[in-house]
Amino acid sequence: MEHAKSGPASWPEMADVVPVPQDDGPSPVVPIAYRDDFREVMDYFRALYFAGERSPRALRLTAEAIELNPGNYTVWHFRRLILEALDYDLLQEMNFVEKIAECNSKNYQIWHHKRWLAEKLGPDVANKEHEFTMKILALDAKNYHAWSHRQWVLQALGGWESELQYCNQLLEEDIFNNSAWNQRYLVITRSPLLGGLTAMRDSEVDYTIEAILANPQNESPWRYLKGLYKGENNLLVADERISDVCLKVLKNDWSCVFALSLLLDLLRSGLQPLDELKATLEPIRNSNPEMADADLATAVCCTLQKCDPLRVNYWSWYKTTLSSQIS
Amino acid sequence: MDSSPQPAPPTGGDPADPELPRLTVTQVEQMKVEARVADIYRVLFGAAPNTKSIMLELWRDQHIEYLTHGLRHLGPAFHVLDANRPWLCYWMVHPLALLDEVLDDDLEDDIVDFLARCQDKDGGYGGGPGQLPHLATTYAAVNTLVTIGSEMAFSSINRDNLYKFMLRLKDESGAFSSFRADAGHSFFLHHRMHDGGEIDVRASYTAISVASLVNILDVELAKGVGDYIARCQTYEGGIAGEPHAEAHGGYTFCGLAALILLNEAEKLDLPRLIGAAIALTQKLVMIIDEQLKLSYSCKKPSGEDACGTSSSGCTSEKSSSGKTDGLPFFFFHEMKNSSLLFVYAVDYAKFGFDFVQQSNQVGPLFHNIALQQYILLCAQVLEGGLRDKPGKNRDHYHSCYCLSGLSVSQYSATTDSDSCPLPQHVLGPYSNLLEPIHPLYNVVLDKYHTAYEFFSQE
Repeated sequence: MEHAKSGPASWPEMADVVPVPQDDGPSPVVPIAYRDDFREVMDYFRALYFAGERSPRALRLTAEAIELNPGNYTVWHFRRLILEALDYDLLQEMNFVEKIAECNSKNYQIWHHKRWLAEKLGPDVANKEHEFTMKILALDAKNYHAWSHRQWVLQALGGWESELQYCNQLLEEDIFNNSAWNQRYLVITRSPLLGGLTAMRDSEVDYTIEAILANPQNESPWRYLKGLYKGENNLLVADERISDVCLKVLKNDWSCVFALSLLLDLLRSGLQPLDELKATLEPIRNSNPEMADADLATAVCCTLQKCDPLRVNYWSWYKTTLSSQIS
Repeated sequence: MDSSPQPAPPTGGDPADPELPRLTVTQVEQMKVEARVADIYRVLFGAAPNTKSIMLELWRDQHIEYLTHGLRHLGPAFHVLDANRPWLCYWMVHPLALLDEVLDDDLEDDIVDFLARCQDKDGGYGGGPGQLPHLATTYAAVNTLVTIGSEMAFSSINRDNLYKFMLRLKDESGAFSSFRADAGHSFFLHHRMHDGGEIDVRASYTAISVASLVNILDVELAKGVGDYIARCQTYEGGIAGEPHAEAHGGYTFCGLAALILLNEAEKLDLPRLIGAAIALTQKLVMIIDEQLKLSYSCKKPSGEDACGTSSSGCTSEKSSSGKTDGLPFFFFHEMKNSSLLFVYAVDYAKFGFDFVQQSNQVGPLFHNIALQQYILLCAQVLEGGLRDKPGKNRDHYHSCYCLSGLSVSQYSATTDSDSCPLPQHVLGPYSNLLEPIHPLYNVVLDKYHTAYEFFSQE
């Protein structure tokens, strides 16, 4: 077959290059039936890559190869060597990678390349990077690569000013978006503008509880709430708002798995249940004769075995750890 | 300053409340999948016994046909995986081994020959012949060779160069320092995916798994890796790809498996991880289960007061008493305290070996039958191959990991590593039973043992 008109075989600057076919051996496995244009570009790429040629024509060729397969990390790596050798305009390169990223936003190499560029360009590009990830996240608010990139830019180059507001906005759009909750945790704990977790904890607990009460079946704020007291179980137990929210939710729905599960954490960490809580749990205890004499934590665990049947093995095991703790 | 008063959190949509009809994207996507799954389950529950047993059958022949075909023929659309060809080998060879399908000698030799062409002269394997060596494709190549299991396959791995390749990736003099914001903290060593490549937990796992499997793991390679992984555990309990990113099932597997192979699992807050892992990915739970039996056989916590301890520090004193939350903890680091004195005596390969030798005292923490049911009913594709969920296409990747997960759930209730599962633990006809795997490396157990024997003599 003839080469496509625009392929490197037809580029005048490639006239002296001898293409290098892939060395797949006499009896290849997992052989891909490459289209001719793909094979042609890669044969020329191999020629220049093996020769280590860092030239404008090599740069042009890497762009072709990347467009055909943005997952080829060797091509990206070689492209970075060329960019450095040619002292290429990195802002222009940023435009190139963004164009590719818009159609391939879930690809390690693209984001890695972007990070490499952003690091070289420095804090001046922080806001531009934030705008870009915002654009990608508008299409898919859970794009893992985009979030990782955004976090790296924040921590390496800055641009924290409106990040909490951005989290608010995303949670406004989708309160179930766990990626946005995770970003909120980063902002609360790491933003140099907010004073860290100790300063923010109180208002965050209020915010989270409100989110829970609006949607008790949303697992994300339950996890976030516990995360606000990560490693400080004594404070978690001491904050009455925590047991209160469990109580409020359980009064409405005594089978809410997340409320029961947090309550169990509290009990195991030493919470002394008040009468109101005991009264709320009374029907649970009465529903099962075997629980009549059990302590409260065990009773909650038994309830979880019923309410959360897919995790019944976990709760059964958990119950054994409760009894071993007592003995 | 971002100190404006906080707006109240949004309420989101509540499907049960007609006052709030708006559903969020997350809810809509979740409901779509659940509806598709429910349709399939409804058919099962309404079916005659005959149909039921056909629905719960593992379609072995079709899967074998799909996988063996791929080893010799891949269409033009696979060009997007042109830098992942050792992965393609692994995603086909490993599930075929799970299905106990023996490959022709010629085919096996051709795979060994092909992977040798992907091996870089300075160590490690690239995504295809002539490509830059990469940790992920190195993992895929080594696991493929271990699964083939011939002496030719084992000795085709240049272990000296492989070791140097990995050590090179830990060299911090490269152009990258991905966590500049952390410069104030002590610098953590971690593996880069390829020279100048990205740094994440996947890199840590693939490096540690390969090094452990071919018995080249030592203190030099292991240094700093465990601390880096521990920093990736999030407030939710699971592990992220990088510090502060979102906990993720795949990275949680990678991080936990690597730490067990390093004998440093105590660096994680395991009780918190178990709670998260249950929600994230069932595949992990077998591993936790294994850890637990170790905690029972070794040592129980002696009346520690979990309330008064803090997990913010990571000193060695705290690692044994701090992050327990009162749960039985995991003392299987008998080398730990002496490791400074006898650094070169650490037998890393043994950690992976011991892991599968223990007898299983605690049953599976996950619902092993429900997982088998989901895989058989929702992941199988009639024409062969498996998929992520209804509505998605089959591919080799999901064929590989679905069958690994199926195998783990079939054997997870078996107490002894040498015995066969009881029929009630294998959903569907007993002929569904796959070969058991080593869950830390994800290679078939028999193949692992052959490799362990071979490389422990090297």
